[in-house]
Amino acid sequence: MQMTGAEIFVKALADLGVDVVFGYPGGATIHIYDALFKNVKVRHMLCRHEQGAVHMADGYARASGRTGVCLVTSGPGATNTVTGLATAYMDSIPIVVFTGQVPTLLIGNDAFQEADIVGISRPCTKHNYLVKETKDLARIIKEAFYIASTGRPGPVLVDMPKDMLAASARYDLPKEVSLRGYRPTYEGHPRQVESAVRLLLSRERPVVYAGGGVILSNASGELAEFSRALSLPVTTTLMGMGAFPGSDPLSLGMLGMHGTYAANMAISNSDVILAAGARFDDRVTGKISEFAPHAKIIHVDIDPTSIQKNVRVDIPIVGDVKDVLRQMIKLVKGKKEATAYRGKTAAWRGQIASWVKTHPLTYKPSKGKIKPQYVVEQIHKLTKGKAIVTTEVGQNQMWAAQFYNYEQPRTFLSSGGLGTMGYGLPAAIGAQVAMPGRLVVDIAGDGSIQMNIQELATAVQYRVPVKVVILNNGTLGMVRQWQELFFDGNYSQTCLPRIPDFVKLAEAYGAKGFRATKPEEVPEVLRKGFAADGPVLIDVITDPGEMVYPMVPAGAGLTEMLLV
Amino acid sequence: MRHTISVLVENEFGVLSRVSGLFSGRGFNIESLCVAETMDPQVSRMTIVTSGNDQIIEQILKQLNKLIPVLKVIDLTGVDTVDREMVLVKVNADGDGKQEVLRLVDIFRARIVDVAPRCYTIEMTGGEGKVLAFLQMLRPLGIREIVRTGKIAISRGM
Ligand SMILES: Cc1ncc(C[n+]2csc(CCOP(=O)(O)OP(=O)(O)O)c2C)c(N)n1
Ligand SMILES: [Mg+2]
Repeated sequence: MQMTGAEIFVKALADLGVDVVFGYPGGATIHIYDALFKNVKVRHMLCRHEQGAVHMADGYARASGRTGVCLVTSGPGATNTVTGLATAYMDSIPIVVFTGQVPTLLIGNDAFQEADIVGISRPCTKHNYLVKETKDLARIIKEAFYIASTGRPGPVLVDMPKDMLAASARYDLPKEVSLRGYRPTYEGHPRQVESAVRLLLSRERPVVYAGGGVILSNASGELAEFSRALSLPVTTTLMGMGAFPGSDPLSLGMLGMHGTYAANMAISNSDVILAAGARFDDRVTGKISEFAPHAKIIHVDIDPTSIQKNVRVDIPIVGDVKDVLRQMIKLVKGKKEATAYRGKTAAWRGQIASWVKTHPLTYKPSKGKIKPQYVVEQIHKLTKGKAIVTTEVGQNQMWAAQFYNYEQPRTFLSSGGLGTMGYGLPAAIGAQVAMPGRLVVDIAGDGSIQMNIQELATAVQYRVPVKVVILNNGTLGMVRQWQELFFDGNYSQTCLPRIPDFVKLAEAYGAKGFRATKPEEVPEVLRKGFAADGPVLIDVITDPGEMVYPMVPAGAGLTEMLLV
Repeated sequence: MRHTISVLVENEFGVLSRVSGLFSGRGFNIESLCVAETMDPQVSRMTIVTSGNDQIIEQILKQLNKLIPVLKVIDLTGVDTVDREMVLVKVNADGDGKQEVLRLVDIFRARIVDVAPRCYTIEMTGGEGKVLAFLQMLRPLGIREIVRTGKIAISRGM
């Protein structure tokens, strides 16, 4: 059947099961918008900025595990997606971004609204395409989804010149994708897996270091099963929050720059580390030469480039975390070595328990001023730990990671790798669209929220009932914290003197606004806000001087923590 | 240490920029790079000469493999190979120099491919050592311009 490129686009998305596209129209994509107008299967949500659209697709993907989709026009529409692409790329999130492009004959001409988005996005996508013939479009779309969602997931961009969308071709969506240069490895090499288990069992002070890869490969069940079978203490990265239940006695919480005392001490004193779907980021390792000096390292990762990149690994295993953990479980489950091992490592767990006890995550309450940590605790209490939490970037993000106990994967959505301010609100909208029945809360900062505040309009227009809680400290808090600690308290350009009035702003957008200014108001204001219909913004005036602790100063070893 | 890496890639638009972008984006260096079609017109071969410690080379090999249009990556370092480079050199050829140029061309089994009143253009092919030696010998005569292809290499035997 002959169809226009625009019709092929819409039909291919429908046939691939895409239920929603986050986008923004323009001249180069106008044919697609016409085709969308006539199609009922693919829903389009109109964002207010293309960056917002990409973060929505990203939040949708993180919350659901399905690939998020975004559609924008050429030139500025395309360049506005770059931060969103880079955010998804750093955190390995499966999204496909479709950009319009000027007609083929004008490419390279500095045509109106032309940008070389294939060139611009090359370093921040897993792969990208320029469509050169309409007949290739369906195949490219199929490949784009395949590449985005398999192996180590990531964003894929497809650039579609306008004439390709207007011209006609036969609709031919391949059933299978075959790319001879792309064959991800899923199973771990059996001998490597055996050596890894043997090494683990031969040591006495083990720690599991679990990252976002565990969530991406849906391996939380396997992680819990394996860790419990051997009573292995588990610490997670920021990206791994929720990969292992925070309330489990084996959980040490987060490690790294703002990790728990117990997690950082455990890693530093361990004699074997099982790194699962984590990549030894500098925010995690601290000074690399002092990282885990006594430990042998087993590293499981689907991406071979992550292995041996930052630290020397003793047993590398290339494979999907879920498959590899299953292989490992088979080797230990019900074996008497496992029982013996739990006995042998009991003293180590006792040591860790004492670190947990002497240095829990904490803060100093104060009369009159609202402590941001208290707000996060209250959100946890009120939502019974069952909300999907998104964050902005800065102190708000760290407190959201530290003081809300994540029990389930895909409930903590945060820009870990790129640290993108403005991520939280659009990501919350995307997550809410994917998970209509869930309560979705964006724990925000007063600085970050203003970077994509316009998406409140999207939330209102489509009645997406996200709840935004602004920890409003009147500052770019995290930068201020560094100025306080390392730059003699010269608060250069970090004051945001409580502008704008967020309650009025929410109301101007047609959302509901609430405010808490005193500690005793917090529980009631949160309760009211969460109970209200539709999108809600809750402005909580917090203590501007509050700092995130523990903190490992940049460049220091993990044991050199500044504590409360 | 220097490594010669042979990379088979899909012969498609944009592959070269993916490869070169990978090197520049990650701070790896390229000493030379040659690309051309193979026997299969859908596949091109890139021969890249680069350098770095073992960890960097490992990253380069892995990162190349990760690119989707890359089909195969072979590190030829330590493999028994034949490698060649071609140079085109314009050299002064007047007076006594003329005889010396002709002598060197003969010794190095090079060829004169263009003649101008006071200047010869010479084509020479060889391994890296031979190319460098040839250029060194020509230098005192006055080299006006050099164009080198960069290295290509193939494994010996089957
Ligand atoms: C787009 C972007 N610009 C700049 C930064 C650098 N940065 C990191 S945290 C931060 C302050 C964030 O302020 P706010 O959102 O109010 O959060 P707080 O730390 O006060 O909780 C800044 C500017 C960033 N991460 N992202
Ligand atoms: Mg702030």
